[in-house]
Amino acid sequence: METSFALIGFLIVFPLVVAALLLVVRPEGPRKVVVCISAALIAVASVALVLMNLGASCTLLAFESEALDFVGTGVSLVVAAVVIGFAIRYRNLWAALLAVVQIAGTLVLEFVFAHEIEVPYGLYFDSLSLLMTFIIGVVGSGICVYALGYMEDFQAHEPAGAKDRRPTFFALMFVFLSAMYVIVFSNNMEWMYTGWEVTTLCSFLLIGYTKTDEAIRNAFRQIIMNMAGGIGFLVALYACALTMGTFSFYEFLVMGANNPQLAALAVTALAFAGITKAAQMPFHTWLLGAMVAPTPTSALLHSSTMVKAGVFLLVKLAPVLHVSPAPSVMVMLVGGITFVLCSFMAISQSNAKRVLAYSTIANLGLIVACAGVGTAEAVWAACFLILFHAIAKSLLFLCVGTAEHHIGSRDIEDMDLLFDRMPRLARFMMLGIMCMFIAPFGMLLAKWATLVSFVDTHQVALIIILAFGSAATFMFWAKWLGKLAGIAGTPDNVEVTVKPTEWVSLLLMACLLVLACVFLPVISNVLVEPYVLSVYNLAGQDISADNLWLASLCVIVVVVVLFAGVGKNQKKRKVNVYLAGVGRDDDTRSFQNSLSGTTQATTRNWYMESVFGEKRIAPVGVAFNSLIMAATFVISYLASPLFL
Amino acid sequence: MAFASKSPWVIHYDGSSCNGCDIEVLATLCPGFDGERFGVVNTGNPKHADIFLVTGSVNEQNIGVIREIYDQMLEPKVVVACGICACSGGVFHDCYNVIGGVDKAIPVDVYAPGCAVRPEQLIDAIVAGVAALDEKSAALKAAKKGA
Amino acid sequence: MTLLTTLIGTLLFAILGPIVGCLLAGLDRIISARMQGRVGPPLLQPYYDVRKLFEKESVSVNSVESVYVACALLFAVLAGGIFYSGGNLLMCVFVITLSSLFFIMAAYSTRSPYAEVGAARETLQVMCYEPMVLLMAVAFYQAANSFDVAEVLKLTHPVVCTIWLVFLGLLFILTIKLRKSPFDLSMSHHAHQEIVRGITTEMSGPTLGLVEIMHWCENVLFLGWVGMFFVWANPVSIAIAVVIVLAVYFLEIWIDNNFARVKWQFMFKSAWVVALVAGGVNVAVLAFL
Repeated sequence: METSFALIGFLIVFPLVVAALLLVVRPEGPRKVVVCISAALIAVASVALVLMNLGASCTLLAFESEALDFVGTGVSLVVAAVVIGFAIRYRNLWAALLAVVQIAGTLVLEFVFAHEIEVPYGLYFDSLSLLMTFIIGVVGSGICVYALGYMEDFQAHEPAGAKDRRPTFFALMFVFLSAMYVIVFSNNMEWMYTGWEVTTLCSFLLIGYTKTDEAIRNAFRQIIMNMAGGIGFLVALYACALTMGTFSFYEFLVMGANNPQLAALAVTALAFAGITKAAQMPFHTWLLGAMVAPTPTSALLHSSTMVKAGVFLLVKLAPVLHVSPAPSVMVMLVGGITFVLCSFMAISQSNAKRVLAYSTIANLGLIVACAGVGTAEAVWAACFLILFHAIAKSLLFLCVGTAEHHIGSRDIEDMDLLFDRMPRLARFMMLGIMCMFIAPFGMLLAKWATLVSFVDTHQVALIIILAFGSAATFMFWAKWLGKLAGIAGTPDNVEVTVKPTEWVSLLLMACLLVLACVFLPVISNVLVEPYVLSVYNLAGQDISADNLWLASLCVIVVVVVLFAGVGKNQKKRKVNVYLAGVGRDDDTRSFQNSLSGTTQATTRNWYMESVFGEKRIAPVGVAFNSLIMAATFVISYLASPLFL
Repeated sequence: MAFASKSPWVIHYDGSSCNGCDIEVLATLCPGFDGERFGVVNTGNPKHADIFLVTGSVNEQNIGVIREIYDQMLEPKVVVACGICACSGGVFHDCYNVIGGVDKAIPVDVYAPGCAVRPEQLIDAIVAGVAALDEKSAALKAAKKGA
Repeated sequence: MTLLTTLIGTLLFAILGPIVGCLLAGLDRIISARMQGRVGPPLLQPYYDVRKLFEKESVSVNSVESVYVACALLFAVLAGGIFYSGGNLLMCVFVITLSSLFFIMAAYSTRSPYAEVGAARETLQVMCYEPMVLLMAVAFYQAANSFDVAEVLKLTHPVVCTIWLVFLGLLFILTIKLRKSPFDLSMSHHAHQEIVRGITTEMSGPTLGLVEIMHWCENVLFLGWVGMFFVWANPVSIAIAVVIVLAVYFLEIWIDNNFARVKWQFMFKSAWVVALVAGGVNVAVLAFL
């Protein structure tokens, strides 16, 4: 137990030390060493913590410190102050206003209500936190390593004489990791809130990294939405203090599950905070806007941190949501509608990063909906959705980032022939895409479990949403996959200049993905089921182990087909494609036209703008979800003891 | 036994003609004569076809197309020149742009003269083509075994 | 245990599926010919065609196309094996979707303009029928209390009694799945010239032979889905199911011969509306009653 405690402390404090060190160490070479070594240490410590506590149920750790309470409050205030500083500099009224509200709220909370409430067990861990630890520690630090090579290229693409802000960039990435660990290990909700606000600020700074107008605008959009969510968290803290008299997350969950009415307002407010952070409609625009940031930032925000903090909170709340009707309906509908509408909108996008963003939002929607359903099966599914989404998405983002630097575009149409131009990268990308939407890969098995849990709880609306959303998901991934799969002639291989650090992280993600898919049943037994059991006393796995192993076999077949170069040694005669008439050049698909000139055949993917365009679909989701959330707040306030 | 003869899939190309033979070729594949009784299918893709039915003569403009279609067909394959124009250039043989019959562009296995060629004669020609197809199929098999 | 039965079932299906599928395809061609006032080919014509395709020279436009097609066939056989060995219906649905994906990738990999158009349309077709297929699996689960197909043999009445609306929805999308006109957008059995047979433009010789076998297996599987609705504990029900399957197949051939192809907009909208109404209403009724 002491070792686990020490490891948790290490995981929270060490990234901060590294961040400070990175601010000081400015040259390229030493930075590489520092980042690589500390990323490896964080990963090893995370894995060690997970392995030492396999199958753990909730373990509370006695840790209490008034000084730390004040540090936490102080950090929250500093966050708000920094936001105010930026808001004044860029004249953004809303951000300043929200920050002021936050400062006032935090101060009143700390000095009027909180100092009487003690949380003897400040830290805890259970299997869900361990799952998150694994994701943050391995995927998150993998992204940090990837960023080394990427940022080198990025800086090279900047105009000459541009200021090198990379030390800040890397420092922020490590602060991010630390803040995530705070969120997943804190039992003291005030500390959790501090971590929550730090992630908000870090992503604000990372999104605004390039300091272009667009970046600044999108960064402020992010900060406004997430500060609103943060205030939701603050409201929850007030509600906790007033109605339940505790800041212990564990106690809160137990009391909430036993007396849902008491916790209704706090749960609604926390769910709201989770929904903003998980970028659910109507707050999805901040995650779309975050795409202006350098790709490692996107990867970090989408896969292992930030949005995952939102869904982590919601999944933790699941048992309470299960018994509180109003917030549960809110979470389910908001998640479900976001899933289906964002899947639709992804069809109309040709920018690879926007497709990824919409797909992230959609998948988070599914996780949110699972949390809203809140049964053991739904939570099982949600855990796997989190795991596979984290690994597959980071792999995809890293691939897109590398491709962008080597083909000069992030447009899917420009990824034509990537299979030839960047053979290894294209295969990694194809693996990531397949994992996102097709059986037998993990993501789809998790969706399967989701479907079963929806059916078992008679959530007809969600069943229908899932059916249509999945169909749309097939469409936008399959057409991207098709674009990558094209082979013609032998274009120049532009892959040779990809940095080794990038390959290392890509390979890491790909291996993790394959292993996680193949050993899904094992992961279920040692990580996910223990959590579900500890919370519900019920098993959550609703797919038989035989079917899971069958899926594993299929995964192996697909991976072998993709990577082993099957078919390479065929002795078949190579022929040209059919071009109706006289072909001129097979590789460029050009043929002789009716005037004996040369015409090139071009094809574009299908975007169905008239059916799935953003302009048609987004307003529906925004209006509907805003209405649901407003209504739920009113209902839970009216139902809560604060009103009665 | 070779299965090529049981499933001759044809592709039809019209060079420079009066379209009379074209209509007869399509008529052959229509219900009245029902070429599918013998497994004949009219494909639109040289990569799927076994028998190449060419109508009309070869000229400077279409010789490349005829060669391309022929090249894209898989072995074993058979060419049938349908109608007198395809056989020798017919009445167009001394036009300024006409090169001659199909055999000026690609090797022809069966000649089916006529102006226009009758469906009965076409069926006959296809049957003869099928025999040639079987021979080639057997030769290909032998070559495969030898190799 | 189930893993073993699935594997045995897959092996059996690998042999029996193509045989039955081939005979069905031959029947289809004869019936179609009769509907058009023709005599039509012999019953074994599809078998002759495939044997001929395997006798042809082996060429390809790239090294992966035939591998992807082989994968598509493998997963189609596996899906059939899962279904006919009484396995999980959802698993079967997912595996057959994986098979479609490999088929689509094979077409895309050629970079032929015609094949790409076909592949894009095939992708659209998958999107059109997928909601109904998923809702069918859900409705089956609600009616039979299990996703396992084998459970139908323990029921006191066939599932069609409670989910007849879903059955009608399945009939609608079956036309897409069997690639019958009016929904044969990606590849037409009759109009070979239409986008040069779309998705199979570049598949030739033995590769095309594999594609044909895959279609046979797919057809047997999809008709199995139809039969599943009519089977219950009584052994006679299997005979009834076979009769109904044949009737449905005849209906599909009739539709094929009597309707002209539609545009994608119509296919997409109608398929989703049918899924929403037939699937959604039936699932809702079962969930709330």
